[in-house]
Amino acid sequence: MSEAQEILRIKNLKVGVDDKEILHGVDLVIREGETHVLMGPNGAGKSTLGNALMGNPKYAVTEGSAIYKGKDLLEMETNERASEGLFLSFQNPIEVPGVTLSNFVRSSMESCGVKLSLWNFKKEAKKQMEVLQMDPAYLDRDLNVGFSGGEKKKAEIFQLLMLHPALAILDETDSGLDVDAVKTVSTGVEEYQKSQNGALLIITHSTRILDALHVDYTHVLVDGRIAATGGAELIDRINSEGFEQFGR
Amino acid sequence: MKEKTFVDDINRSVYDVRDEEKDAYRIKQGLTEEIVLKISEEKHDPEWMREFRLKCLKIYNEIQVPDWGPSIEGLNMDDIATYVRANTDMKGSWEEVPEDIKETFERLGIPQAERESLAGVGAQYDSELVYHNVRKEVEEQGVIYTDFESALIGPYAEMVREHFMKLVPPTDHKFAALHGAVWSGGSFVYVPPGVKVEIPLQSYFRLNAKGAGQFEHTLIIVDEGADLHFIEGCSAPKYNVANLHAGCVELFVGKNARLRYSTIENWSKNMYNLNTKRAIAAEGATVEWVSGSFGSHVSYLYPMTILNGEGSHTEFTGITFAGEGQNLDTGLKVVHNAPNTTSFVNTRSISKGGGCATTRSSIVVNANAKGSKSSVSCESLMIDDISRSDTIPAMDIRTDECDIGHEASIGRISDDAVFYLMSRGLSEEEAKAMIVSGFADKVSKELPLEYAVEMNNLIRLEMVGSIG
Repeated sequence: MSEAQEILRIKNLKVGVDDKEILHGVDLVIREGETHVLMGPNGAGKSTLGNALMGNPKYAVTEGSAIYKGKDLLEMETNERASEGLFLSFQNPIEVPGVTLSNFVRSSMESCGVKLSLWNFKKEAKKQMEVLQMDPAYLDRDLNVGFSGGEKKKAEIFQLLMLHPALAILDETDSGLDVDAVKTVSTGVEEYQKSQNGALLIITHSTRILDALHVDYTHVLVDGRIAATGGAELIDRINSEGFEQFGR
Repeated sequence: MKEKTFVDDINRSVYDVRDEEKDAYRIKQGLTEEIVLKISEEKHDPEWMREFRLKCLKIYNEIQVPDWGPSIEGLNMDDIATYVRANTDMKGSWEEVPEDIKETFERLGIPQAERESLAGVGAQYDSELVYHNVRKEVEEQGVIYTDFESALIGPYAEMVREHFMKLVPPTDHKFAALHGAVWSGGSFVYVPPGVKVEIPLQSYFRLNAKGAGQFEHTLIIVDEGADLHFIEGCSAPKYNVANLHAGCVELFVGKNARLRYSTIENWSKNMYNLNTKRAIAAEGATVEWVSGSFGSHVSYLYPMTILNGEGSHTEFTGITFAGEGQNLDTGLKVVHNAPNTTSFVNTRSISKGGGCATTRSSIVVNANAKGSKSSVSCESLMIDDISRSDTIPAMDIRTDECDIGHEASIGRISDDAVFYLMSRGLSEEEAKAMIVSGFADKVSKELPLEYAVEMNNLIRLEMVGSIG
């Protein structure tokens, strides 16, 4: 098997919030089309990694490097990272009154270099919404306003499918969802894996979303450090034995 | 590259082009009896109007400048020319309007809007109208839409005299008196009983002259069961001396009639906008105000509805955007003066770059207004931490049998929201503009499409350069 092209290489990344260091040096390499799972107990710094990679100004990178598609990711504005194909699905998607999901996604797509006529946009949007069992009426609703937890997460995955990023970071996308919603969201993620050959970094502390997904690598993050890396089999070990074994 | 396009789309220069003031008639600056008489003479006023002007001047000199709002110290009436007339009379076709003036209005999109979506247009340039035209179909419905000067001497002279400054008397406040003394230009509209005007009429006010004032008078009478949407737009190029706008709008809405009055105001930032607007609603009538305030250095603007007939209704939807160097004091007043009257108020204010936006609301429910309802909602958004936003509600309720609600919220644009939108590819500027447009959406939705677009463009224009 020939090595796929490397997309992201993180080296010794240290990240702090409000002068408190959360990540104490993380290394990670993600190649095209690979699915990585990042697990770990609450407070380990999982979301910190996702936010730092996307450039959330609240998270300060104090040391280390992140090379994305050959470029210094840390030098790029958040929107540049997005238009270069990096995507972060939010744990708590923000409500934006007065901006419809449809207008927002179209603007985002244009920023990311995809221009579709309104007709083709609607066609594509409806197709992806069908995968996610979303009512197309959501397109005309204000972004996340009055959406239930599950609807918000579906809307995030909908955007993922519309934007075709090269690497998607899913931050606790399965948290707070009922069994059916997890299944639907997981179907959407699978669609991204298979049809779009997208790479994934799935941040989660449960494993329900992973049941139906192909996983290449699993990393366990404990106290701001990657304590273990393995294949999909590591997930089962965590499920049966918990995180204790990794030094907690 | 992306950002460049974003800035180019909305170019302030369309508003900022100044025409040369060549061959214009310009009255000497200041405010004296001699000047008022001279304006009256230039305008061939009827006798009663000349006397009315002098009476107003007297009242003006007796009333103090308001001391409860933004400072108007930078406004010195001795420096203001109250009457400037371009070297043209009013035309009924754009072809005949002098080239430079026509070009200005074309840049502002007025002739195009007229062709596409308006039933009639009046275009005022400095103190007088330079263009006025009404669609034949609308004229045939019996709708009267003329410049104010023609109305004063035409077949509706008596009706005009009966209503002129009766709703806004010159004693109301200092700048109402000033208006009465030096007013010129504006429009008169009469919609006969039962006539529904399907598409809007529009007046556009352009103040080109430096150091001048504009004092147009708009009088609209919508008779029983009739229906009208009237739009006004205003703009001016920027100068480094003060300009003054003290217009007056009086709206009489008859039994079961409906009037919607929409304004997009984009005065330049050296303008003192001291405008007075008032409507009176008869039984079962509806008055709807839609108001977008973007321009001016200082504004005092509180459209008022008097719900004078049983079951009458008013709605006010307003947005104010105060940027750097602007102090915009806007709001509304409603007087419930009959049983079962209703008012519904929804305002949005945005302040940025050190701008100050104040929203004042005044709801009065008289003892006779039993069964009335009022709902007021005022929301403010501050873009940065050097800007200011205030909400000042006043309520005077004189009966227990009514249902009154008020809610206000003041917030800042959230970093989380900006980051969220940026994470999907929007630049910081675009993200903020989108949040602000969304915040204003409830108001823009009330406007006809073309104006909603203009309003969104103005918001984007104001947001550009807000970074760093």
